[in-house]
Amino acid sequence: MVHWSAEEKQLISSVWGKVNVEECGAEALARLLIVYPWTQRFFSDFGNLSSPTAITGNPKVRAHGKKVLTSFGEAVKNLDNIKGTYSKLSELHCEKLHVDPENFRLLGDILVIVLASHFGRDFTPTCQSAWQKLVGVVAHALARKYH
Amino acid sequence: MLTAEDKKLVQQVWEKISGRQEDAGAETLERMFAAYPQTKTYFPHFDLHHGSDQIRGHGKKVVAALGNAVKNVDNLSQALSELSNLHAYNLRVDPPCSPLQLLAQCFQVVLAVHLGKDYTPEMHSAVDKFMSAVAAVLAEKYR
Repeated sequence: MVHWSAEEKQLISSVWGKVNVEECGAEALARLLIVYPWTQRFFSDFGNLSSPTAITGNPKVRAHGKKVLTSFGEAVKNLDNIKGTYSKLSELHCEKLHVDPENFRLLGDILVIVLASHFGRDFTPTCQSAWQKLVGVVAHALARKYH
Repeated sequence: MLTAEDKKLVQQVWEKISGRQEDAGAETLERMFAAYPQTKTYFPHFDLHHGSDQIRGHGKKVVAALGNAVKNVDNLSQALSELSNLHAYNLRVDPPCSPLQLLAQCFQVVLAVHLGKDYTPEMHSAVDKFMSAVAAVLAEKYR
């Protein structure tokens, strides 16, 4: 089980409380598809992904980004049982979606950058540290059921 | 591979932070030590407290080197040759550039903090590619 200090929990929930899940989710997923274009292979039925502008404006990307970040919220709500929270999703990503777990790490890093751009100086080094830890734990949990 | 557009975007980013480069260097290192404590193992001889002169000094060196890389983006191998030797033979920072990737992540966070919405997805992509290219060159001589 991951240990979270009181400060880490506070930093995570205070940032989360101010996050616009729809906006940040859409932005994070769009950036994943733009910065690491090979990830587009998982979204071949999403329509126009031909340019950064197309990706950013693509309604399926926005909707899926919101879905992904909403699911991330489950980790924030269940910091003491992230493994259990993502058990089924881990199986899904392995057995049905066939996503290389390295991509979870990439999305996690991008999410941190998106948060940094939204919160500016308020996203302090200790804040970043707590969030890098969280995205790492989530990535690990999502990879856990791979076989 | 860095396209002409990528190179232009990287240069634009560099101009946007001109004047704040020293702070950016120190902040990048500070974030790296906070988020990835394993990177501190390369600096046992440093005072790693917030605001330390050593962090400022080293941050300044790192950013100057990155600035040099930006100016010589068409010939990174040659421009970073000495630094590549240093990292491979003296410092022996773990390949496959893992700590350098962590540095890259923290540098991008600093850019995002300071540029906000101006740190567009296109810039993010260009800088990410640029930092990967720099890390690859620094690791060239490892074996």
